[in-house]
Amino acid sequence: MPSFPARIVVEDLRKSYRVATRPPGSRAGLAAWLPSRRPWRTIAALRGVTFTIEPGTITGLIGPNGAGKSTVIKILSGILRPESGRVTVGGLVPWAQRLRHVGRIGVVFGQRSQLWWDLPVDDGFALLRDIYRVPPPLYRTRRTRLVETLRLADFLDQPVRQLSLGQRMRAELAAALLHAPPLLILDEPTIGLDAPSKLAIRAFIRDLNRQDGTTILLTTHDMHDIEALAERVIVIGDGRVLADSPFETLRATTLSGRRLIASFDGPPPTLALPEGVTRLPATGQTLALDFDPARIAAPDLIGLLTQAGGSAAPSPLADVTITRPSIEDVISRFYEHHAPGP
Amino acid sequence: MIRAATPYLAAFRARWRTTMRYRAAALAGFVTQCWWGVINIMIYAAFYHGAHDAAGTAPLGLHQTVTYVWIMQGTLALMPWSCDPEIADAVRSGAVAHELLRPIDLWWWWSCRATARILGRLVPRALLIVAFAGLVLPLAGLGAWALRPPASLPDAALFALSILMGLALSASIVVLLNIVTVRTLSPAGGSAVITPLALILSGNLLPLALFPGAVQTLLILQPFAGLGDLPCRFWLGTLHGGRAILALGQQAAWIAALTLIGRAALRRALHRLEIQGG
Repeated sequence: MPSFPARIVVEDLRKSYRVATRPPGSRAGLAAWLPSRRPWRTIAALRGVTFTIEPGTITGLIGPNGAGKSTVIKILSGILRPESGRVTVGGLVPWAQRLRHVGRIGVVFGQRSQLWWDLPVDDGFALLRDIYRVPPPLYRTRRTRLVETLRLADFLDQPVRQLSLGQRMRAELAAALLHAPPLLILDEPTIGLDAPSKLAIRAFIRDLNRQDGTTILLTTHDMHDIEALAERVIVIGDGRVLADSPFETLRATTLSGRRLIASFDGPPPTLALPEGVTRLPATGQTLALDFDPARIAAPDLIGLLTQAGGSAAPSPLADVTITRPSIEDVISRFYEHHAPGP
Repeated sequence: MIRAATPYLAAFRARWRTTMRYRAAALAGFVTQCWWGVINIMIYAAFYHGAHDAAGTAPLGLHQTVTYVWIMQGTLALMPWSCDPEIADAVRSGAVAHELLRPIDLWWWWSCRATARILGRLVPRALLIVAFAGLVLPLAGLGAWALRPPASLPDAALFALSILMGLALSASIVVLLNIVTVRTLSPAGGSAVITPLALILSGNLLPLALFPGAVQTLLILQPFAGLGDLPCRFWLGTLHGGRAILALGQQAAWIAALTLIGRAALRRALHRLEIQGG
């Protein structure tokens, strides 16, 4: 059980990086010898990020590449120092009280391994037990449970470098949880995994949150992760919080529209379309329409299609599908809508 | 106290186990060092035989030099060859920032890893060389080329103590090389400077006693002497009383100095890492 409520408070967080720029070309290489030329450029990664996360919740942090997600994650993990702003995790300031802070969080980076490449998985676990000073009886109970739920038994004695990506991610999750942290930070935990592995990881994270009350913060580009897990989504773009709401609200407000695809036994009719309906380019005997259900109800639109008798020889309506926009559509439209200005 | 040391002992054990697994590397190193040792000894023998007039005044007799060569070959793994290769990989991949995710003192962590790695490389090679140069050679009738035992039991004890201090010294140099790698993003530069310095100034290429008399004091006070020359002198029994205390004292002083420098440098390097990101 978590030993403290992992409430995360982030207020007006700002961070910029100084990067060395180098003009291309061979003459520029010579210019680098002149002491006056020191072409540094400042890139603002976070321009005032504010949010609060309550203990025991699952929050998704999403945003396009370069939006500042990883910077937020690194600051919350205590490995990066912001320029200004206030951050507390369970009452501790991550970078200022780093040693105490990192002892009570678990972090998994999907792209990087934290286990020791040459050590068998179980030796790595034993090393983590000693690093986090977990009392042996507690360690045994936790290890047994994690080995069972994450199905690690088959490869506990293999060096980490020999594991498949799916096996490695499961081992990484277990490694991050041996000290039973009340807060688990996951940076793209399902990246590169096949569908069954993704489902297994998601189920495990959900159970961990429900059974142990572990607070979970995850970043991902896989919107199915968000849909399956996150009660709440924080969208970061261009160093700011673009949206912070339950996922359904985000979906509803960003793209409430529906798409209707109708096929006909013959050429589709030409229609005078009512307000709020747009015709999409479609081929052959189909007709694709985007519509706003608040302005015209789906049955009315279908009715319109069946009674398209105005033309000389109407083709009968064969089939109708109505789709909600995919999550990917929602998010990419959202990103486009909030794209940074020129 | 034990609980406080748990992570560092664990780091030591894990690194020791992995390093000891490289049997082929240890055997290859053993063969190379035997070969190199034999060639060295042939060269010294030729010099000593050619310089009959200097026979009485030489700082080391031929059989002392032969023993010195074998000790140096046996303890070659004690040299700070390079930074920790795993740290170099982590620096290249950017994962080094993740070292900050552990609730541990990074200097002690790196230092324990370095000590275990050096010791894991040292022990098998040293045992094989002692067996070859101390047992096989005399049995083969090449007693003149053999490693002779320590001058006395107290000298042997002082040698062991001095080697342990050399181990701590070497580990603290490796941690410095780790820090240089973190700052310069490449493991090559630091090693390129340290390796030749260590090989020459530890007496590995030529016993320090055979250098010109004018620089003897300087040579004995510089830190690399503690990596080989001072332990060898204890083995040969040429350090006694005040000079023995001075030798051990200089080793302890350099360990303390490099530790302080290393901790300060690490703090600065990590601060930079926290500012610029991993």
